[in-house]
Amino acid sequence: MSVQPAMPKSWRVDTKPHKFCPGCGHGLVLKALGQAIDELGIQDRAVFGCDIGCSLLAWDFFNVDTIQTHHGRTTPVITGLKRANPNLIGIAYMGDGGGYAIGSQHLVNAASRNERITVILVNNTQYGMTGGQMAPTTLPGQKTETTPYGRDPEKTGYPTQGPEMVAAITREGAYVARGTVANLRQLKNYLKKALENQMAGNGFSFVEVLSTCPTNWRTNAEETWKMVEQELPRYFKVGEIKVPGQKEGEANG
Amino acid sequence: MPDKPIEGEKRVFMTGNEVVAWAALVAGAEIMYGYPITPQNEIMHYWTRLAPKYGREFLQTEDELSAGFTTVGGVLAGRKAFTATAGPGNTLMQEPMSMAEAMRLPTVVVIQQRGGPSTATVIYSQQEVTMTTLGGNGEGLRIVYSTATHQELFDYTIKAFNTAWKYRFPTFVLGDGYQAKMRESLTIYDPASRGIELVEAEPFLGKPGVPGVDRPPTQLRNTYNVEEELYEVLEGYFKDYEKIAPEVAEYEAFDVEDADLVVVSHGVVSRACKAAVKELREEGIKVGYFRPITLRPLPVDAIRETASKARQFLVVESANGQMARLLKEAAFGCPVEMLSLFKPGVGITAEDVVSRVKEIAG
Repeated sequence: MSVQPAMPKSWRVDTKPHKFCPGCGHGLVLKALGQAIDELGIQDRAVFGCDIGCSLLAWDFFNVDTIQTHHGRTTPVITGLKRANPNLIGIAYMGDGGGYAIGSQHLVNAASRNERITVILVNNTQYGMTGGQMAPTTLPGQKTETTPYGRDPEKTGYPTQGPEMVAAITREGAYVARGTVANLRQLKNYLKKALENQMAGNGFSFVEVLSTCPTNWRTNAEETWKMVEQELPRYFKVGEIKVPGQKEGEANG
Repeated sequence: MPDKPIEGEKRVFMTGNEVVAWAALVAGAEIMYGYPITPQNEIMHYWTRLAPKYGREFLQTEDELSAGFTTVGGVLAGRKAFTATAGPGNTLMQEPMSMAEAMRLPTVVVIQQRGGPSTATVIYSQQEVTMTTLGGNGEGLRIVYSTATHQELFDYTIKAFNTAWKYRFPTFVLGDGYQAKMRESLTIYDPASRGIELVEAEPFLGKPGVPGVDRPPTQLRNTYNVEEELYEVLEGYFKDYEKIAPEVAEYEAFDVEDADLVVVSHGVVSRACKAAVKELREEGIKVGYFRPITLRPLPVDAIRETASKARQFLVVESANGQMARLLKEAAFGCPVEMLSLFKPGVGITAEDVVSRVKEIAG
């Protein structure tokens, strides 16, 4: 008899195994989030909002009230919910397309207004669900369906530095970090702090997570891991970028 | 903090936008999410002045997409949330309202129509009928009240919250720039003083108990894996809509029994039509008056009954036949001849209607 690794208590067992592609990072991010919800004991008042795109596959993932909404609009839905009932813990979960392209105005303005919500943005450097097109986070030279010869930054710009942008436009009280599915203990810690920051009523909390898409990266297991562990952090620095109560420059990984 | 914004009733002289703010207050609206666009701005202006006195909330969002989606969020949390918009804002609002339609969420949106397409004028039109009744990708499972007077703007804004929360379809109050900006007298009242019971709001998400332990989690989506799954959901929605349509549909009519020609219009234009029909009747011309108050669902039975008695319909609109298309569908097969007086984006006077009727009569 094989021993299965324990699932987070807040996971909904009857919808497992989950529907993400084998090797996809979403399952790992949602595991870390599930553990964070368990440890904080907020399953009763957390509301999980997911976007269109691969994240929508999480619409029945947790034993947590969930709303699946439109491309990039998860941030305003959770904002509206939180404003209407501040006792809830609002979690907006989206991809790099939803957060940095089509819904970027919502991210920017929610951050500027210091909305008391937690945004988790999974960065896998391309649009997974629609078949692997270029995203704002696609690396220079990276091949996607709409950059078949590799992304040329002269024509399409450089990868969006999301957490750095959010850190720059938020004031004291915001929590901003970038984690990775290559370090789940650290990721869970960041997610927990992002939720605690909301629970304390401090302000906007934002965690970007570097994640994998072996389907559209066209990589095998070894190359996938090399990409997320070595390539991605060259452009996207992992660590805490803004922590309430800490002076600038004090935050660290 | 006073309990009731209005005790009993009060005679007032107000702009339409102010009327909407008062109506939302007495209807128990708890939070407004809004984004500025003319001619609905003063709804927000009045709301932001009145709301804090009664413990109500407001958020000015970054755009109409956000105003619509935050309204959806407020409704999900179990609050009577609403927004207001116009023109290109209404265009953007179709995405969130399409989601409200998909999830059967009782959102309330007040539209004060302006000219179109695109920016056009900020003043007046009846050109947002198609978009408000059928907009968004989907089937237009909504309720749309078209108001003609400030009194109706007050009455139907209150009613919109009750209809939305009772039947759980997105509900719209369709006004226009003239109604928004002009001042007229009306009676505002505490709904209870007229025996109007307010339908209670309740949360969709975040109900008591631990999901998965004390109760199943509430998990809402608007994405389906296979065609049949969506088909099944929609079949249920269509059935519900068909069932409630006769209860919800409203109209106003007079002098249609013996009329050869019935003037059909909606909203503010009906006021000109009403005056014209009275004037023509005094001259002995057999004309009637018909106005759908709900543009979605239409009062189909009443339209068909009228269309089978009258020889001609004169459809009068400050649009190029947006309501006429809905009427033609409703009256399909009836032997009525459809004539028109369309002035897209422009106001219509009683004189316009009288001379058009006389022109038809020869």
